[in-house]
Amino acid sequence: MRKVLIVGATSAIAEAVARLLAARGDFLYLVGRRAEMLEAIAADLRIRGAARVQTETLDINTIEHHAALLDHAAAALGGLDTVLVAHGTLSEQAACQQSVALTFQELHTNALSVIALLTLVANRFESQRAGTIVVISSVAGDRGRQSNYVYGTAKAAVSSFLSGLRQRLHQAGVRVLTIKPGFVDTPMTRDFAKNPLWAKPERVASDIVRAMEKGKDVVYTPGFWRPVMWIIKSIPERIFKSLSFL
Amino acid sequence: MTERAATLSWGRYPRTRQTLFRYHDRHATLPATEYPLLPYGNGRSYGDSCLNDGGVLLHTRGLDRFIAFDAVTGVMRCEAGVLLAEILALVVPQGWFLMVTPGTQFVTLGGAIANDVHGKNHHRAGTFGAHVRCFELLRSDGSRLRCSPTENTDWFAATVGGLGLTGLIVWAEIQLRRIANPWIASETIRFGGLDEFFAVSADSDDDYEYTVAWLDCASRGAALGRGLFMRGNHAPALCATQPRAPTGRLSVPFAPPCSLINSWSLKTFNTLYYHRQRTRITRAIAHYAPFFYPLDSLLAWNRIYGRHGFLQYQCAIPGAQGHAATRELLERIAHSGMGSFLAVLKIFGAIPAVGWLSFPRPGVTLALDFPNQGPATFRLLESLDAVVATAGGAVYPAKDARMSALRFREFFPQWPHFRAYIDPRFSSSFWRRVMEE
Repeated sequence: MRKVLIVGATSAIAEAVARLLAARGDFLYLVGRRAEMLEAIAADLRIRGAARVQTETLDINTIEHHAALLDHAAAALGGLDTVLVAHGTLSEQAACQQSVALTFQELHTNALSVIALLTLVANRFESQRAGTIVVISSVAGDRGRQSNYVYGTAKAAVSSFLSGLRQRLHQAGVRVLTIKPGFVDTPMTRDFAKNPLWAKPERVASDIVRAMEKGKDVVYTPGFWRPVMWIIKSIPERIFKSLSFL
Repeated sequence: MTERAATLSWGRYPRTRQTLFRYHDRHATLPATEYPLLPYGNGRSYGDSCLNDGGVLLHTRGLDRFIAFDAVTGVMRCEAGVLLAEILALVVPQGWFLMVTPGTQFVTLGGAIANDVHGKNHHRAGTFGAHVRCFELLRSDGSRLRCSPTENTDWFAATVGGLGLTGLIVWAEIQLRRIANPWIASETIRFGGLDEFFAVSADSDDDYEYTVAWLDCASRGAALGRGLFMRGNHAPALCATQPRAPTGRLSVPFAPPCSLINSWSLKTFNTLYYHRQRTRITRAIAHYAPFFYPLDSLLAWNRIYGRHGFLQYQCAIPGAQGHAATRELLERIAHSGMGSFLAVLKIFGAIPAVGWLSFPRPGVTLALDFPNQGPATFRLLESLDAVVATAGGAVYPAKDARMSALRFREFFPQWPHFRAYIDPRFSSSFWRRVMEE
């Protein structure tokens, strides 16, 4: 059984992943801000087969609590071999453009808190010479676009950080998995008009679990986003800047 | 809450537009809006009882968490958006089954309660509502009522079968039944007419938990009312054969411009289906899924009726009137040439339904579906309404998209009593239609 810490456990993608892990009998430590929701999810996961589920209510932006969080999780599960980082906010681009404070807050939530936590996780896993780090980044981090470049900047930082971390931890036998979902139909994106490009969180979750089992490095989900993003990244900046629809 | 969408019910008629509000957190309050609200589960109601044209649909599929399950007593509590299929997937391997299941497992728990659905064991177990231990009802004034056969009993009776109008069912607790395995020992008996159906049914109801009949309603004259009677019990623990769960599902990818169901295909299908078994009786051990949910293996089967959709018609006719009225209905349908692809006949038992607006009542029930061919179809169904009304029966709101306000009030004379319990901020296309609001 895996011993999994899930940060941002009330997010739709994290919950869908947790259900798949529960059905394998894994041990889960759920972290999120909403205590009632965490408890509801924990009870559900126990019924679905998780061998152990414990929760901790924490705003992951309070970086000073990260070390204690890892200790709590390891103590509760009797060790720790997998960390899934799934928290995030969908920055409202227009509002960010009018507020440095909001921009910094979004960068803190979506990038700095992840980097801070992973710094501790990386050292812990490196010393135990085993572990899997799974982080939900985004296709938005592959190239800055006017519609969401604050969010994209944060995700680009996370993706770059993970790339370096993967190389560093490879020698120690620690795996780092970057997940790049496209549009996912979740409460975070409820105000967007949906089209056939949108994926269900269950689909994304099964891609994530399969990637964890296969030891993948970077996964686009659904898979068609890999060629799509390759094309988008290949467009010269001289042309890209005038493509207002992207 | 800006998501607007053309939401369809299972019959793909009528077409309405409403704003969607997706529920994920059972502790959340109802949305602040001036428009009327209506809970929407998995959209398996056929007509407009799950639609709210110009209003708001409270999508409950995100409320899909189990809350508590006692594998010793078989008491299951879960959020209202959990599908019956999801409950079965969890409890069948642990030796439990639903006390009552409708003909599709793709309905939500909340929807099963709000329509007080019934199944092939109605003569034994009554309706779904009879096995609901309690639920929480969220009202638009913010109150959360815990309703059960002993607490807030009037709200319980109003909400079971209450078409989602009394508030939002947030979670519910149901009693499950023990099974030894996932198999059903079944028999299929060919019958040549209605008399034989009633005789076989009377003969079976004591010994068989599940009974239902398929009717060939494309046939007329001497063959009128012929069909196949299916009966079964949960298989014994030492079951000789152990069929596997069906794997792989087909899906109808799109709705063709016109219905694939027409008088020619209907006649052909019905004749072939009736003659598919050569002997009068066949026996088999079946997995529960194909036994209870034969149509679930063809996803989106409702699309075969084409863009105009189809109309379901299910009526119940009490007691002694049942035989003659059923014959009259079948004759009218055969005469119209608009026979139904799937016609289902079953005897309802005497256990009274707990909901004030519940549809099942002791007697015979007939369910049919018709491609929507415009006014001719509506005229036929209105003429069937007249037969049902004369016989003192009722038409099932969960399957209806067209009954008149007058007929509804005849079929459900208790409606004024029920109306007092409707949440002031809740409404539906169905309710506005039958109340002529």
